Amino acid sequence: MSYKLKIALNVNSESFEADVEPRMLASDFLRDELGLTGTHVGCEHGACGTCTIILNGVSVRSCLLLAVQLDEANIETVEGLGTTREMHRIQHAFREHHALQCGFCTPGFLITVREILDTLPLRNDKEIREALSGNICRCTGYDHIVKAVRTLVNERDKRLNS
Amino acid sequence: MKPAAFEYLRPKTLADALAALDHEDAKIIAGGQSLLPMMNFRLVQPERLVDINQIEQLNQIEKTDTGIRIGALVRHAEAARSSLLAEHFPIIAKAMVHVAHVAIRNRGTVAGSMCHADPSAEWPLLVTLLDGEIEILGNSGTRSAKPFEFFLAPLVTEIEETEILTAIHLPLIANPCRMAFDEIAQRAGDFAAVAVGTLVCVEGNIFSEIRLCLGGVFDTPVRAFAFENALIGQPASVESIEAALPLVLKDLEPNDDIHASAAYRLSLVSALARRVLFDTIDEMM
Ligand SMILES: Cc1cc2nc3c(=O)[nH]c(=O)nc-3n(C[C@H](O)[C@H](O)[C@H](O)COP(=O)(O)OP(=O)(O)OC[C@H]3O[C@@H](n4cnc5c(N)ncnc54)[C@H](O)[C@@H]3O)c2cc1C
Ligand code: FES
Ligand code: FES
Repeated sequence: MSYKLKIALNVNSESFEADVEPRMLASDFLRDELGLTGTHVGCEHGACGTCTIILNGVSVRSCLLLAVQLDEANIETVEGLGTTREMHRIQHAFREHHALQCGFCTPGFLITVREILDTLPLRNDKEIREALSGNICRCTGYDHIVKAVRTLVNERDKRLNS
Repeated sequence: MKPAAFEYLRPKTLADALAALDHEDAKIIAGGQSLLPMMNFRLVQPERLVDINQIEQLNQIEKTDTGIRIGALVRHAEAARSSLLAEHFPIIAKAMVHVAHVAIRNRGTVAGSMCHADPSAEWPLLVTLLDGEIEILGNSGTRSAKPFEFFLAPLVTEIEETEILTAIHLPLIANPCRMAFDEIAQRAGDFAAVAVGTLVCVEGNIFSEIRLCLGGVFDTPVRAFAFENALIGQPASVESIEAALPLVLKDLEPNDDIHASAAYRLSLVSALARRVLFDTIDEMM
């Protein structure tokens, strides 16, 4: 039953068209077809969070999404956040606070943080840890990630209050 | 860790979806947050996948003559943000915080949770507690089912493969009632070891209605009827609750598995039941 369906989508403000097998996961499509290997794949059952992308404005697991479901969608991946020369403020904060070691989990954290900074109050570190609970990091022990996010939240709140 | 091949259909109307389901081995995909993990593991290998995400009429939360109708495709995150639900059933937003994680709540749906029927899942418990009705569309029209008829066993419901769960109806609850929910899971976002929801109504300083519903304890959510019946008609006080509480544990034989031992579940039930009941009392007094 191997056949392909046509999809048209927008990724990081660029238009793409492709033919995909229905069984292809969105994560594999982004990595193997579009070459956007910033989106990582750890578990393929929704547990680790490293494949998190933004689909039509909200964060989702790309391993629990089919490539055919990206038809007509707007996607943002970690590549859309910033470049090595021009990093996004979230990437800066992670760097400043040593919030990564091997970096495998980092794309998922960055995308999650991008969403929760806009949607959640994150009043204390407990709330930050809860909001990040869907992203697993094997290296850092989380403390530095929480510190980076705390810095970003403080900056955000200062901006909102001024 | 990749799904086996399948045929993919994306109907835009309910009629087309029903037609697409008329096949020997078809399966609905809603949020895909339970189905795709199982397909990636090849525990499930449907020949045909019917994607209902484009059926717009399944997206609504609306008020009806008797209550609130929550469309099948309403995402956990949308339910948590809904002002209509916040007004009538604030317990829903409180429970949604415990459903998985941000990205999964953005995608997973009410109907998907109901049909997946994990014994620890929050929606089945809420719909049981709130005495909701499940609206199901099939080839011979729409029917409705009560939670105690719908949930049969862990991951098993009575819905047919050719049917679509289209909505949940929650009947409105009279004003002097309060609801509370809490759960204990090993880590934030994990399925609950035990979850407890309650509804407490007081009239003239007497408990006029009490509901207590337990999740994660048995195969399906269960009401603590012995406890409820003992408390109804008693003076609305902490003392009455304390006196009746042992009845929650009476004849209770919780599941014993790798997530929690039966003994641990018993102590969680008792602690959580007290906590949610006192929460409602705190709000009222
Ligand atoms: C890491 C992780 C943690 C999780 N933690 C929790 C948790 O703590 N609590 C919790 O409740 N859930 C949890 N979930 C599950 C999540 O809530 C799912 O969203 C939910 O169980 C299924 O909803 P869905 O829309 O994704 O359904 P799908 O995965 O699309 O479908 C699930 C099943 O329901 C059927 N189905 C879906 N919609 C319909 C319909 N309208 N009519 C008939 N059949 C239908 C499908 O055919 C399939 O059999 C977790 C998931 C993950 C990956
Ligand atoms: S690869 Fe998607 S959550 Fe782990
Ligand atoms: S930095 Fe290595 S897994 Fe997080």
